[in-house]
Amino acid sequence: MVTHRIPIVLLACGSFNPITNQHMRLFELARDHMHSTGQYQVVGGIVSPVSDGYGKQGLVPAKHRIAMAKLALQSSNWVRVDEWESQQPDWTETVVTMRYHYGRILKEYRQSMGTHTDSSGNTPHLSSPSPHLKLLCGADFLDTFKIPGLWQDDHVEELAGHFGLICVSRGNLQPERAVHESDTLSRHRHNIFLVREWVRNETSATEVRRALRRGLSVKYLIPDSVIDYIHQHNLYTEDSERRNKGTVLRPLIKQAQQLVKSLDN
Amino acid sequence: MESHTTVKVVLLACGSFNPITNMHLRMFELARDHLEDTGQYRVVKGIISPVGDGYKKKGLIEACHRLEMARLATENSDWITVDSWESLQPEWVETAKVARHHYEDLLAAEQNDDEVDTVKYAKKRRIEENESSAHHSRGDGIHLMLLCGADVLESFGIPNLWKQEDITEIVSRYGLVCITRSGNDPHKFIYQSDTLWKYRKKIHVVPEWVTNEISATHVRRALRRGWSVRYLLPESVIYYIHEHGLYSAESEQKNANVILAPLQRYTDASSS
Repeated sequence: MVTHRIPIVLLACGSFNPITNQHMRLFELARDHMHSTGQYQVVGGIVSPVSDGYGKQGLVPAKHRIAMAKLALQSSNWVRVDEWESQQPDWTETVVTMRYHYGRILKEYRQSMGTHTDSSGNTPHLSSPSPHLKLLCGADFLDTFKIPGLWQDDHVEELAGHFGLICVSRGNLQPERAVHESDTLSRHRHNIFLVREWVRNETSATEVRRALRRGLSVKYLIPDSVIDYIHQHNLYTEDSERRNKGTVLRPLIKQAQQLVKSLDN
Repeated sequence: MESHTTVKVVLLACGSFNPITNMHLRMFELARDHLEDTGQYRVVKGIISPVGDGYKKKGLIEACHRLEMARLATENSDWITVDSWESLQPEWVETAKVARHHYEDLLAAEQNDDEVDTVKYAKKRRIEENESSAHHSRGDGIHLMLLCGADVLESFGIPNLWKQEDITEIVSRYGLVCITRSGNDPHKFIYQSDTLWKYRKKIHVVPEWVTNEISATHVRRALRRGWSVRYLLPESVIYYIHEHGLYSAESEQKNANVILAPLQRYTDASSS
């Protein structure tokens, strides 16, 4: 019964440069998996494109990435696009983005509880537990925790411990190994859900951009509406792929600065 | 324009399309890009020809539904069409015969400038423009090529599934465009078959760099189990499937203990 299930919202962070059918598949796979546990009810999904400050090579302006994600998700009745992260002037740590969304979700939850409380006041219905927010990611995401200087330890702790992760894997042991090799992830392994994708689908935004640069078809890899948008705005070209070339990824700089600061103290 | 040297090509894909998936549609896109990239060909049309119910494959639902889903799936393509001829035949028709039928159709259309086809008018006109804007050569005319996955090429080796003369006719007279995934080695398979080796120049191997394993079998399994199939096949097809309650545990049992039509036909022939 729905009443005993914990509601969860799935958040996917990334470049979405551009959004592909595979990104949207991850949401579908994760929802099916979480429902099959019998413990969770997925109540929403959020696509949060990274801001231009991220400094990744070939990253086209956020307004386009947002517009494409919106077009792609027009037909979804449960996944939506959120612009907050993309509008931040600087790159935002994933945990900070999660805090922001969790805050909003809790606020909405409390408001809806407020309308449901009885006259005596403050006891929310036990039948509707407060929602959880979990980060949805692809198979290679867990490996990024190993990259020196990319993640702050306390952020990994908060991400895995407080929020939780849903990781879609391709059947190799890559995610299991990543969890095993990290003490933090291992400690919170019960909060890390590994979803098996039985059908291999290697569509990546990188491949889509490559095909577009070369004038090859990307039909059926991304929605038609997104293809039209890309052509209309002439988005992915050899020039656009050179954007941020040679730039150090913002997280690496930001984390290093924090390290220097903490050493100064 | 280099149209003076390009040959017009029509791609024909035969199969169950039970149901059609984005992977089937991708194969057409990959094949067209590959052929046109050679500078020798201009792909003017794609034909999807779902097999008839007489094929007797396990889980094969009625042709009318498979046709309609293919039509819905190709609504947004300006060059891929669906043809019902094969599926309307009372008995299973050999692929070589299907190819022959379409080739004769194309030749007739070339001569009459009149397409014997049921595609929507707009699509029909675009395709006609395609067909006539290429060079007006009568001689080399139009080529029909069979579009298939590496699995079809390898099925040539399964006893009693294909008639040897049909394989020869398909590769020698028409040609094959074969989409392959990493892990498959069609070149080795071609090398190992004397027939395929002889006509190797008529076999175009197209590598699929981005592996995409959406199979109709997987889609049916997911549907039976109530899993999401979104983004694996077009929305309109998913809607059609739900509307008509297609693909259940029951439908998967269709033809459960029936021998596949080609096996039945050729096994009988060889034992009598």
